[in-house]
Amino acid sequence: MRRIRAAVTGAVTLSLAFTATACGGGEGSEASPKTLTYWASNQGSSIEVDKKVLQPELDQFEKETGIKVKLEVVPWSDLLNRILTATTSGQGPDILNIGNTWSASLQSTGALLPWDAKNLQAIGGKDRFVDSALGSTGVTGQDPAAVPLYSMAYALYYNKQMFKDAGIAKPPTTWDEVIAAGKKLSKNGKSGIGVEGSNLSNNIHQVFVLGKQHGADFFTADGKPDFTSDGAVAAVKQYVDLMAAQKVVAPGNAEYAQNQSLSDFAKNKTGMVLWQTPQQTFASQGMAPDDWGVAPAPVPSGKPGQGTQTNSMVAGINMAVFKNTKNLDGALKFVKFMTSDEEQILLNKAYGSVPPVKSAQKDPVFADPSLTVIRETLAASAAALPQVPEESQFETVVGTAVKELFADAAAGRPVTTESVKAKLEKAQQQMPKK
Amino acid sequence: MTETAVTPPSERAVRKAAPGEARAPRRSGRRRIALPYLLLLPALLLELLVHLVPMLMGITMSFRELTQFYIRNWSEAPWSGLDNYTVAIDFDAPVGQALLKSFVTTCGFTVLSVGLCWLLGTAAAIFLQENFRGRGILRTLFLVPYALPVYAAVITWAFMFQRDNGLINHVLHDQLGIGDSPAFWLIGDNSFWALLVVSVWKGWPFAFLTVMAGLQNIPRDMYEAAALDGAGVWKQIRHITLPSLRSVNQVLVLVLFLWTFNDFNTPFVLFGKAAPEAADLISLHIYQSSFQTWNFGTGSAMSVLLLLFLLVVTGVYLLLTTRGRKTSDV
Repeated sequence: MRRIRAAVTGAVTLSLAFTATACGGGEGSEASPKTLTYWASNQGSSIEVDKKVLQPELDQFEKETGIKVKLEVVPWSDLLNRILTATTSGQGPDILNIGNTWSASLQSTGALLPWDAKNLQAIGGKDRFVDSALGSTGVTGQDPAAVPLYSMAYALYYNKQMFKDAGIAKPPTTWDEVIAAGKKLSKNGKSGIGVEGSNLSNNIHQVFVLGKQHGADFFTADGKPDFTSDGAVAAVKQYVDLMAAQKVVAPGNAEYAQNQSLSDFAKNKTGMVLWQTPQQTFASQGMAPDDWGVAPAPVPSGKPGQGTQTNSMVAGINMAVFKNTKNLDGALKFVKFMTSDEEQILLNKAYGSVPPVKSAQKDPVFADPSLTVIRETLAASAAALPQVPEESQFETVVGTAVKELFADAAAGRPVTTESVKAKLEKAQQQMPKK
Repeated sequence: MTETAVTPPSERAVRKAAPGEARAPRRSGRRRIALPYLLLLPALLLELLVHLVPMLMGITMSFRELTQFYIRNWSEAPWSGLDNYTVAIDFDAPVGQALLKSFVTTCGFTVLSVGLCWLLGTAAAIFLQENFRGRGILRTLFLVPYALPVYAAVITWAFMFQRDNGLINHVLHDQLGIGDSPAFWLIGDNSFWALLVVSVWKGWPFAFLTVMAGLQNIPRDMYEAAALDGAGVWKQIRHITLPSLRSVNQVLVLVLFLWTFNDFNTPFVLFGKAAPEAADLISLHIYQSSFQTWNFGTGSAMSVLLLLFLLVVTGVYLLLTTRGRKTSDV
């Protein structure tokens, strides 16, 4: 079997050999019950920061259980490909972090251990977790493919100095107010709001929420892609129009994909960003906590809520166990450790996120105003991205469509309902046939 | 084996005097025939292992419906016959259309890139044939792009091509005042030219190195004789240099063509996962098609088609150029 696997790995690599660079393979799951391999996602402002945060906790775990955890922090740009390679070859880590929106896609590959009642019991039961976070752990009606680890939501971050200079008294709560504020801010080479036009996932998060506000989902109830509904087209157009029609986004943002909009924000070049947990990055760019403010992300009108009042996706990181692990017992112990109250408080505090574990949320640390906004959004007005196996493909094709539309807008080409619809139609045709 | 290591001087002398090796004793003759094959054997076995076996696997995959539901155990993936190929070459549907467009872009890009690499490389090599001060330094300097790790070099280019903070726009727009507003290089139509610049920058030193090596084999007295007959520099290049470089160029152009056509690293590092349409090279396109839909069957089918295309081009090219050379040699 091992040999076949090795051959398959070779084959997959080769099928891309004319094309792709070889991805680094996994180190392989250890047969020894005394070690575990853990792929962590990059949560802090750099991989080094993550290692510093996580290593002491892993040492603590080793002290308690005698199990050594080998840590690898994988950058976001590589994580999904690494997981796919590990799935194909069967050589992967024991435990890994996944973006919670990938849960259903990865669940369909069968690579992840299903969290049935017995496994959930081993980490203290399903009831420990907040419902909204559990809503993003796999296809409804199936055993979850992962458990929530860190929870996040989008909020509107604004630059206090720039708001003051432009004479804006309070942060906007509706899209009209965002545009009005943006126009006041957009002068002398400064701009109203930042976007990451070339970041596919970020594009998806934004247009998904706008879609909700237009009453549109990107998938039908039975899981078929539905990218070209009037609501979906209007949502994408509204987002790109921030640059194309409203001119509150600087054209240069169209090529941003590495959080350059946060740098612009810290350099007083952009007044607002819609983001999840940027606190650490702001700090590392030299911004004091008093320099920026946070408000709930905008809605069309009124207050955030469910349905068309949705103002964020349920963002977050899930923790999964690789089905091929040779040390299931140790892996469950590690997940239990990482979702324990103590670790949840410590880690979520370090990363500026909110614990998806109910009892840990009660800690006073998370009563800070900036985190209260996130907590309330998650509880009241966030929606999970579609939990369908094709979610990951949706991110790529629609994310690319939005990127191309931003490129058009930046080059001064008109972005019309027709051109948006054409791009979305093309994206839909690229989705796998059912 | 050991007997081949050192040929005794006496034998060498004999060989020089009488090239009739066929007259050597039969036993050793057979050994001589076997020897090259024996020496090739390890390379051949490794070639099988490293290239051919996975290649066959890839071809097998192209006939299966290898989607996300089967990647964990691909032997369970259902056979799909020619379905993957039909999808890839159905030019009326978006997948086929996009593949065709990417193919045409890649062809145009390859012709331009190989042409420019060859031209720059040959020109520089001919100039540096003359002996002058600083020649060694220049030769070394020209090889730098070739010696740099691809990723580091291309990431640097990506920084330079940034619209707002990049060096290129700083020079072109801020200092030279070209264009009303700074241009985008990493998205939109200009991305084709950005990619071409990086590709030529990365590729021409190899052409330079190869042609320079080829030039060392041209006897200097041919130029002297030509000069005596009144041939100028251009005539010398046309009638001596280029014809003498023919066999070098034959290989050089082929290798540059294959490398450029297949180049994955440059566009991937420059543009990330989703290349702009204007610079959607085929290798990146196939990668995207595989990972976009997690349908490795279709990706493999596209790869096989690409392989077939490159095989045909290489075969025809070698046939044409070799035949041409044989007649010219007569």
